[in-house]
Amino acid sequence: MSKVSPSDGDPGDDNPAIDIEGLSNGFDGHLVHENLSLTVRRGEILGVVGGSGTGKSVLMRSIIGLQTPSAGTIRVLGRAVAEPDPDNPDSDIRSRWGVLFQGGALFSTLTVGENVVVPIKEFYPEIAPELQREIAGFKVMLSGLPPEAAVKFPSELSGGMRKRAALARALALDPELLFLDEPTAGLDPIGAAAFDSLIKELHETLGLTVFLITHDLDTLHEICDRVAVLADRKVIAVGTIPELMASDHPWIQEYFNGPRGRAAQNSRPAVDTPAPPVETVAKTANPKPVDKPTQPDA
Amino acid sequence: MATHMTDMPQFTTDGEDSGSGNGGIATLSGPLLVATIGALDREMRDYTGTITRVDIAKVTAIDTVGAWVVVRLARDHGAEITGASHQAQRLIDAVGQAGDEEPLRPIRVPVQVRVPEAVGKLVVTSGQGSISSVAFLGELIIAVWHTICHPRRLRITALIRQTELVGVNSLGIIGLMSFLIGVVIAQQGAVQLQQFGAEIYTINLTGRLALRELGVLMTAIMVAGRSGSAFAAQIGTMKLTEEIDAMRTIGVSPIEALVLPRVIVGVLMMPLLGTYAAVVAIMGGAVLASLTLDIPFFTFLRRIQEVVPMTDLWVMLIKAPVFGLIIAFCGCFQGMQVENDSEQVGRRTTQAVVQGIFMVIVLDAFFAVFFSKINWI
Repeated sequence: MSKVSPSDGDPGDDNPAIDIEGLSNGFDGHLVHENLSLTVRRGEILGVVGGSGTGKSVLMRSIIGLQTPSAGTIRVLGRAVAEPDPDNPDSDIRSRWGVLFQGGALFSTLTVGENVVVPIKEFYPEIAPELQREIAGFKVMLSGLPPEAAVKFPSELSGGMRKRAALARALALDPELLFLDEPTAGLDPIGAAAFDSLIKELHETLGLTVFLITHDLDTLHEICDRVAVLADRKVIAVGTIPELMASDHPWIQEYFNGPRGRAAQNSRPAVDTPAPPVETVAKTANPKPVDKPTQPDA
Repeated sequence: MATHMTDMPQFTTDGEDSGSGNGGIATLSGPLLVATIGALDREMRDYTGTITRVDIAKVTAIDTVGAWVVVRLARDHGAEITGASHQAQRLIDAVGQAGDEEPLRPIRVPVQVRVPEAVGKLVVTSGQGSISSVAFLGELIIAVWHTICHPRRLRITALIRQTELVGVNSLGIIGLMSFLIGVVIAQQGAVQLQQFGAEIYTINLTGRLALRELGVLMTAIMVAGRSGSAFAAQIGTMKLTEEIDAMRTIGVSPIEALVLPRVIVGVLMMPLLGTYAAVVAIMGGAVLASLTLDIPFFTFLRRIQEVVPMTDLWVMLIKAPVFGLIIAFCGCFQGMQVENDSEQVGRRTTQAVVQGIFMVIVLDAFFAVFFSKINWI
């Protein structure tokens, strides 16, 4: 994180990957989101955290168009999801993102390889079947599965392998934007760490923008450029972890400075830490002057 | 086709000077992206000349698919890759570890092996279905016995809920169906009997057929389609989501909690629904008769009392609970057999309905012979 800038109303960030303004979502009179705003910059990994039931998954579903919000605008890669691109009616925004659902959501009647090929067939039918097969093969390998996994059905895979297979499908079209809903939940620590480094590697090589919902503090520390905190039906803060730790919101304090947060923080090698040592940041009232303090009402 | 406004990637070979024996240099340029690679890939696949060097310095954009195509071209021709940007090199390194194409499906066994194998499997496993259904029946009987010994263990709430779903909620559709069946029996019967001037016997025909056979049979088919399938799908989904396992570990018997209420409801509701169906069918016949045969509605009903023997009602009341038992049993049994994936839920649900209806019809034939032997005709 070389440049840290405010997330909203930032004139330098005129081309955000995702721009949400005034989003409200409700079920049966119970509001999940109220006037929520959030900007995801191009090329960043944004972690989204929040207590259970704060609507993290609903937020993701709203962005990818599975949930019609009751109010607000959502622009993804520069345009509203629902309406076609006026310049290029052929292009489907869905070919430019990949989504990893919490449970994997693999098609159970197709093998892993066929699952990966589904989006390719859908959007680029002109690609030869041989190349489709090859793409499936190396995507499966890239997501950390053994080659023979491509011919297996989802029901024959373990939970962790299913996650990887789902990631392979999410990456099938080399998307610009990747949505991950708790990718490391249910993985063993080694598998989770491998998953983290895989996402980081893909992020660096492909310049992916990643919208990452997670509860995994290690993942947050390891790969997220910024973290958005959902509470009280809105995004209460966005920023780097040191910035967030400086915030005095009780939930954020408990989250990052609780025993687990500390443990995850301390396990990180100091060289990787882009910001000054955490303890000092956490104790000083103001973080680095260039860093804008987290916005209480983002 | 769907390749945006971007320019297309190019594949050119030069230095085809076979005299020097150096082979050629393949130059790739433009965007090597999944969206643009389709045509280029075919072109490269068809290229048969020799290539010693793949130059990708002029590539403007590259993703993993583009990198893979470059790697494959180089690998197929034993060529080296030059001019890769830093990013391209990273992608090529990442992708290059993959082997050649993997099949997407397990390789299919040839027909001459597959067919005997399938037949053999069917023969070997054919006994298993009946064994496991007998085992399931045994479990059910044990659960019934337990519940008789400890009546408090009967799930009253589940029972009432299922009664509503199976019985009350199906009154509309079963009523409509039975009414129309009554109309059809009376109309068809009248057409035939009129030839003998015996249209008055339409009443006998409608009353006896509705009460003894069609009312209960059609109701059974409807209940199998409505409720047997619901039992299988619901229990099957619970099996997939490990709810059944959770019940077992908590000490709740899924047979007692899920299967028994459904079976009891099936046994109790079928006679009620069958009677209801017969009554509505007779009314349908009466309506038709009053409209087209000049037999007044109430005359028709009074006549029913005279011409339909009491045994017809008993036949129906004996058959109905058995049908209900079979339908509920098939539904629950198939539901409990679901394993692995959601496709099974669909297949088992179908089987529950098909098996249920088939067994009902077979037993109906059996009952027909049985009751005629004991002179309940």
